[in-house]
Amino acid sequence: MTLIATESLTKVYGGGVTALSDLTVAVEPGIVGLVGANGAGKSTLIKLLLGLLTPTAGRIQVLGLDPTVDAPAVRARIGYLPEHDCLPPDLSAAELITHLGRMSGLPRTVARERASEALRHVGLHEERHRPVGGYSTGMKQRVKLAQALVHDPDLLLLDEPTNGLDPAGRDAMLALVHRIGTEFGMSVLVCSHLLGEVERICDTLVAIDGGRLLRADNIAAMTSATDVLAVEVSEGTEALAARLAALDLPVSREGRLLLVPLADQGTYDLILGAVAELDLPLHRLDQRRHRVAELFARRESSHA
Amino acid sequence: MPEPTGVIHDIGYQRYTGPRLGRRQVVGALYLHGVRTVFGLGRSAKAKIFPWLVIGIVGMVAAAVTAIRAQVGEVVMTYAQFADAMSWLVIFFVAVAAPELVSRDLRSGVLPLYFSRPLPRTDYPLAKLLALVTGLWLLLGGPQLLMFLGGAFTADGMRGVWDELLDLLPGLLYAGLWAVVFASVGLLVASLTGKRAFAAGGIVAVFLMTTPIVGVLSILPSQTANQLAGVVSPPTLVQGVGLWAMRDLLITDPDGGGPDLGPFGPVYALVAVALVAACVALLLARYRKVAAR
Repeated sequence: MTLIATESLTKVYGGGVTALSDLTVAVEPGIVGLVGANGAGKSTLIKLLLGLLTPTAGRIQVLGLDPTVDAPAVRARIGYLPEHDCLPPDLSAAELITHLGRMSGLPRTVARERASEALRHVGLHEERHRPVGGYSTGMKQRVKLAQALVHDPDLLLLDEPTNGLDPAGRDAMLALVHRIGTEFGMSVLVCSHLLGEVERICDTLVAIDGGRLLRADNIAAMTSATDVLAVEVSEGTEALAARLAALDLPVSREGRLLLVPLADQGTYDLILGAVAELDLPLHRLDQRRHRVAELFARRESSHA
Repeated sequence: MPEPTGVIHDIGYQRYTGPRLGRRQVVGALYLHGVRTVFGLGRSAKAKIFPWLVIGIVGMVAAAVTAIRAQVGEVVMTYAQFADAMSWLVIFFVAVAAPELVSRDLRSGVLPLYFSRPLPRTDYPLAKLLALVTGLWLLLGGPQLLMFLGGAFTADGMRGVWDELLDLLPGLLYAGLWAVVFASVGLLVASLTGKRAFAAGGIVAVFLMTTPIVGVLSILPSQTANQLAGVVSPPTLVQGVGLWAMRDLLITDPDGGGPDLGPFGPVYALVAVALVAACVALLLARYRKVAAR
């Protein structure tokens, strides 16, 4: 089943601002990263998915349902973590999440049980009876995540879940999101303007820019095809390049480095063999994993 | 060797397969939560002070009236007059309860958490409005019930109790009218701002600033203006409707005539209905805007 499918989705706000234009994308269940700069249309897409906005044109489907037709049914199966502060400071986390669980249609006792379960899963247990106003930013983000989990949704929409967190907090939050996506049996859509963050935990990556789709693909497909071996020798770079070319390896130069696409483990042997035969001092031989960012950067520059 | 007890198992994440309640129960839960909020229940002690102070005063007045009637046999005020007499306290009660119901949520930004849930976006303001109406009605109706119980025990026979009840029911209806008008105006004002102090000030201003206009209109040389003066202020508007519908319950002193409505009684009723309708429509429009943000 397709998790999210849009077809020529366009949203133009009242003031004539085009937030999304002609976005067509289909995403499979799993952990999905939605990346784009601020103002790229990520939050608009989330609100369209929740049925809080109606598209100007085009179609949208979530979990096989159309949010423009049956928004309550869609929202019942979605958990949403907003980007901004959304926690009343004078309630305790347990009270707040119990209440929100009831707002999602859980019976009273179930809501209370699931609220403390959700708080346990995000790593807040002892603190849950203290007022939220005294929590650290990291704890608040966890409470926001717990309220999105309390009604056991099939899809989590996380809008900038690492917002305002320190590096350790970011890692912990990302690890938590990854665990939810892999062990809890629900799909997760993570929004971020930091590509480096989401690419670590996602199966699928959707990049939008200025309301347009930049690229949507499986993250493995994006990176595996571009793995490269970087070879550096102290001298005889030319000779090595010629030798490798003679071995039918598509070699390219980048400064003092020779770059060889990594086909399989045999590539290592071929390069090492060539270096040994020429008796060159090998400085380094390492695998350069292309960061997804470079893919987008290259693509964007070719656009321009 | 005894079996180890108290072992903690990490049972991992459990999916929920139980029942999920429908819209009616969810709105009911939000409504009850709202009623509790109006009286400061489930809130800090600080939030309880003002509501219960007002309830205390209202209750004491009712107890005094009941006691005087039981001892002296004189009816100090009818049930309907009681609501009139308490109008100032009702205004202050609304000024505290309405911001507590809606401004807090606006301020803390919690609304996206409501609107991302199945609840249709009209249900949130309607549940809050209903909660405030209920709270105000209980505030005015509860003491009337106290007065009724006092009156019923001192009444002579079932006949007297029945007469008492016939007096009570219009009083409760009149209290309902107060509650509906004041709640819809108060909640609309409170929903415009996230700052509770501003909301409270705004509510008091709307109810009190219009009173001088009534005063000016009622001394104009035109008799029509005098008779319609009460329309422009919510408290006098409600009193006007009461005077039109049950004059003899509100004016017990045969000499003091009270405000003269002339033939415009129905106008008061229509304006009251239109005011409530407009406030509810604006409230819904306000939340349509808030939800899309």
